[in-house]
Amino acid sequence: MDFINAIVVLTNFTIIPALAYGSQLALGAIFVTLIYAVLRFANFATGDMMSFGTMFAVLLTYYFQSIGLGLGFLPTALLTIPFAIIMMILYMLLIDKFVFSYYRIKKSPPVQFAMVSVGVMFVTQAIIRIIIGPSDRRFLDGEKFILKATEFKEMTGLNEGLTLKSTQAITIVVTLIIVSIMFWFLNKTKTGTSMRAYSDNEDLALLSGIDPKRVVLITWVIAGILATVGGILYGLDKSYRPFVYFNNMLPIFAAAIVGGIGNPFGAFLGGYVIAFAEILITYAYKRFIAYLVPESMEPDSLMQLLSTDYKFAVSFSILVIVLLIRPSGIFKGKTI
Amino acid sequence: MAFFEGTQMTAGYGDGPDIISSCSISANRGEIVAILGPNGAGKSTAMKAMLGLLNLKSGSVTLDGEDISKISPQDRVKQGISFVPQTRNVFAELTVRENLEIGGFLREEGLDQMIENIYDLFPILSEKKSQIVGQLSGGQRQQVALGRALMSEPSVLMLDEPTAGVSPIVMDELFEHIIKVKKTNVAIVMVEQNAKQALSISDRGYVLVTGQNKFEGSGEELLNDPEVRRSFLGG
Repeated sequence: MDFINAIVVLTNFTIIPALAYGSQLALGAIFVTLIYAVLRFANFATGDMMSFGTMFAVLLTYYFQSIGLGLGFLPTALLTIPFAIIMMILYMLLIDKFVFSYYRIKKSPPVQFAMVSVGVMFVTQAIIRIIIGPSDRRFLDGEKFILKATEFKEMTGLNEGLTLKSTQAITIVVTLIIVSIMFWFLNKTKTGTSMRAYSDNEDLALLSGIDPKRVVLITWVIAGILATVGGILYGLDKSYRPFVYFNNMLPIFAAAIVGGIGNPFGAFLGGYVIAFAEILITYAYKRFIAYLVPESMEPDSLMQLLSTDYKFAVSFSILVIVLLIRPSGIFKGKTI
Repeated sequence: MAFFEGTQMTAGYGDGPDIISSCSISANRGEIVAILGPNGAGKSTAMKAMLGLLNLKSGSVTLDGEDISKISPQDRVKQGISFVPQTRNVFAELTVRENLEIGGFLREEGLDQMIENIYDLFPILSEKKSQIVGQLSGGQRQQVALGRALMSEPSVLMLDEPTAGVSPIVMDELFEHIIKVKKTNVAIVMVEQNAKQALSISDRGYVLVTGQNKFEGSGEELLNDPEVRRSFLGG
C-alpha cells in the first residue's frame, strides 16, 4: 500500500505536471526550431509572440463570457483559439513584411536577424502592455478538475490523492493533436515536403521551382498556430501574466537545442526532457521517500535538490551541458 | 540557329571583372556538348550565365528561338532548362523519392508516372527510394541529382562537373547514364574536368581559355587536334 501511495505522490506532483508543462514547452520549441530551419534565425520574440496570441484569447474569452457564449464544462478559451490564431498570424505576417523580409532580401547574417527579433520582442511587449496591461489574469472557466484528490481517495482508499486538472488533460490532448497534424503535414504533403526541401537546400529548392514567398508564408502560419496554442494552454494551466512568457523563452530555447535545433521532432521531445528535468530536480521528495523507508529512517529535510526558485537554472544548465558535450543536440539538428 | 544558344556572352560576378567575354555556346536537342578548359577559364561561369544565375553585360541567351536573357533562373527552369550544380545538388536530408517529387514540383500531373520513368533510367534509385540521400554513395547521389533534374522533363539539361569526386568506375557509369538521357531528346551541356572521357561521349565540345572560345568542334576533332591534345589532354 505504501508503495502505491509513493507512486501516486510522484505521479500527482511530478509526472502529470511535467507532461502538461512539457507539452507547452514543446509547442514553443517547435516554433523556435521551425523558424530556425526555414527562416534561419533564432527568434527572440518567441515568448512575446506566444503572449500576444494568448492576449487575444483572454480578451475574446471575456467577450464571449459577456454574451453568454461558452462550451459548458470546457473552457471558453478553446472557442477563441481559431480567432486568436488568425490575429497572431496576421501580426506575424505584418512583422515579416515590414521587418524581416527586408533583411531576408538583403541576405543578412543570422546574428543580425536575431538582433532584429529582439527589436520585434520589445515592440510586441509594448503593444501587449498598451492593449491589456501587465497584470495577472485568470481566464479559465468551466470544470476545473477531471479528478479531484478527495474523489480519488474515496475511490481507492489510499492516503494520497491524485488530481487531474482539466487544463492538464486539455494541454496534453491538444498538443498531441496539433503536433500530429503538423508532422503529417511536413512529412506527407507536397507543401510540407517543399518546406523541408527549402530548409535543406535553398538554392536547389529555388531551381526546382519552389516559391520562397509561399514557404515563408506557410512557415509563419504554422508558427502562428503553434505559438498561439502553446501560449493559451500555458495561460489556462497557470494564469495569463504577459511577461512570464518572456521568462519561458529560456526553457523553450533549451528544449529546441536539446532536441537538435532545426529538428521539430527533437524539439517536441526536448520540451518533455526539459520539463521533467526542471520538475524532478526541484521536487521535494520527503513524502515520497517516507512511504518507501521504515519510519525510523524518514528524512528530516525536504529532500529537495534545488529550490523551485532555481528551476530556470536547471534548464540553463542543461542548455550549457548539451552545448558543451553534444552541440548538435540529442537528435541531429538542422532538418525539418 | 541552335535550340539552346548563348551568343557573345560577357559576364562577371557583381561589379568584378568580366569572367567570360564574347563567349558563345550552343546545343541542340539530342546532343551532348562539353565545355572544357583549364582552371579559371570561365566554364562554370558560362553555364551559370546561360541559366541566368548572373546577369549578362552583353550578348543573349535564346531557347527555341526565344530570347530568355532577361528572365530569372526560376522562370528559365519553368521554360524547360534544368541545372545540376557541382556541389549541394541533392536534398541530402530528404529521401530519394522526395528528391524526385521536389524535382517534379511544378508538374501538374503525371508525377508518379515520371518517377517510374526515372526509376527505369536509374534502377538503383528504385531500390533505395525510401533512403535518406545523405546516406547514399557519391555515384548514387549523382544519379539522384540527375533524376531530380530530369523530373521536370527538361528540354535542356546543364551539368556542372557531374563526375567530380567519383571513382573512375562510377564515372564511366555516370557517362553511360548521361548518354541514356541524351537519347530521350534532351540537349545536354556539361562542364567537365575529365576532358578525354567527356569528349569521347560528346557530340561537340568547346574549349574556353580566359573566358573566350579558343577551340570548338566535334568531340573527335578536338580529341585529335594536336594543339588541343598538347594543351589540355596531356599529349
